[in-house]
Amino acid sequence: MTLNLRGAYAIWKNEVMRMFRTAFGSILSPVITTSLYLVVFGAAIGSRMELPGGVEYGSFIVPGLLMLTLLTESTSNASFGIYMPKFTGAIYELLSAPVGVVETLVGFVGAAAAKSLILAAVILGTAALIIDYEIAHPVLAFFYILLVAATFSLLGFIIGLWANSFEKLQIVPLLILMPLTFLGGTFYSIDILPEPWRSVSLINPVVYLVNGLRWTFLGQSDFPIAVSLGATVAFLLICVGIIAWIFKTGWRLRE
Amino acid sequence: MAMSDVILDIRGLDKTYAGGVKALTNVDLQIRKGEIFALLGPNGAGKTTLIGSVCGMVRPTGGSIEVFGKDLSKSWKAIRQRVGLVPQELSFDMFDKVIRQVRYSRGMFGFPPDEARVEEVLKSLSLWDKRDVSIRELSGGMKRRVMIAKALAHEPELLFLDEPTAGVDVELRRDMWRQIDALRERGVTIILTTHYIEEAEEMADRVGVINKGQILLVDDKDSIMARLGRTEAHFTLEKPLAEVPATLTKYPLHLEGEGTCLVYRGGDGTGKGKREIADLAQQLVREGLTYTGLETRDSTLEDIFVDLVEDNQAKETVQ
Repeated sequence: MTLNLRGAYAIWKNEVMRMFRTAFGSILSPVITTSLYLVVFGAAIGSRMELPGGVEYGSFIVPGLLMLTLLTESTSNASFGIYMPKFTGAIYELLSAPVGVVETLVGFVGAAAAKSLILAAVILGTAALIIDYEIAHPVLAFFYILLVAATFSLLGFIIGLWANSFEKLQIVPLLILMPLTFLGGTFYSIDILPEPWRSVSLINPVVYLVNGLRWTFLGQSDFPIAVSLGATVAFLLICVGIIAWIFKTGWRLRE
Repeated sequence: MAMSDVILDIRGLDKTYAGGVKALTNVDLQIRKGEIFALLGPNGAGKTTLIGSVCGMVRPTGGSIEVFGKDLSKSWKAIRQRVGLVPQELSFDMFDKVIRQVRYSRGMFGFPPDEARVEEVLKSLSLWDKRDVSIRELSGGMKRRVMIAKALAHEPELLFLDEPTAGVDVELRRDMWRQIDALRERGVTIILTTHYIEEAEEMADRVGVINKGQILLVDDKDSIMARLGRTEAHFTLEKPLAEVPATLTKYPLHLEGEGTCLVYRGGDGTGKGKREIADLAQQLVREGLTYTGLETRDSTLEDIFVDLVEDNQAKETVQ
């Protein structure tokens, strides 16, 4: 037996079904949040903003808001998905099953990423009702969303394994991801920042993610697309590396 | 024991936890295909660690484990697909429905969906009527059955039951024993841990006694019983005998204390021992073999167990 594909599918399906049990809340809350941001920042304040390149502020923040939701939802869904079996003790079954690193990742991370994709579609649909925007490179945008969803679901998976309390489970999204996203050019172009803050922003990885997604939407951003894409893929590889190490050593999994 | 009969072969297994606690010390254990093996020991003896080492929750620090003739550290995927585990704690997604959890377990172990099999498992555990009920609404006993159903969904050939009847009422315990018997009928090899002597005695073909991470004794339950008997009677004789009289050889008798004590060890737990002792007492009177004292008692696995644990502790004290 090399790859337990049925096992991976069973985990994926179980996770997706689990998310659907709470579908109403988990789909509705990001929709409401995004709508509020769009109405307040996009429609109300945005009309007084001027951006380089003559881009409408509303269409400028759509990819930023999408990224905000993608990051927080992918991370929290994946972290919750693996934390719960640890919390209830049901992890025993995963550990005793013919399920390795690939099957576990396809199952848990795949399910979290799938939910993020659904959310992304819902948010883009909601945004279209509030403001006019276009997607310059729809195919690239789709793959970029997929890449970000997968990467941050992996990060969430790591957090879920690391966390041994509900507090820790929430601390990374709240204390690290949220500020990084807000400071990462979600609502503004980092070019409008004065020095040294513009340079400081360059060490924030979210800046590259937001700008990458923004490029696929607007055809222009603060960095060339290759730089953004490179940074995102590098982050993905770091997460994969950490997870491979976790499974090899059994850290926080096996005693 | 022929090697082909060995389904699980543990050699020199050691486990020291990160905190420095030594949970298992040089454990050797061979389990035969088709048997029910009871691992008997007090809380904290290392029973769950031993099970965890085979089932993947624990990483052993030393030794080797072979299952179905294959090295667990190399062929773990192929092996785990054929091994089932029912842990001590009730642990599953409480908000899920019974039948979905059983299907999930089957899928996770790499088996294609098989509704007939799922139905069979649920029916055998009297869960079929509850199949669409959310698990959290079930009673404790029913929840435990769901745990068993999950473990049976992939038709394991080797099944571990960690304290299957801990904290369940007498009725459910009897029920559990019937379930285990039914599994044995189907050829499943079962390893159960327990600290109830009664359970090991009732269920097991062989018993292993474990204490402080060491296996103290492994033997057929029946041969332990045969060796120590079910019922013991000590007749203190007025006059010492040189040997057991020929007329009494139909009884399991021997002499102790330089012929002054005639000892009966026999019976099978059905009351046969007590009847035989009564017959024997009358026959001794008829044959004029006067005795001045008679003590009888039932010996159980408990005696063996307590003796072994005490021996072990005594040894440690000497060291």
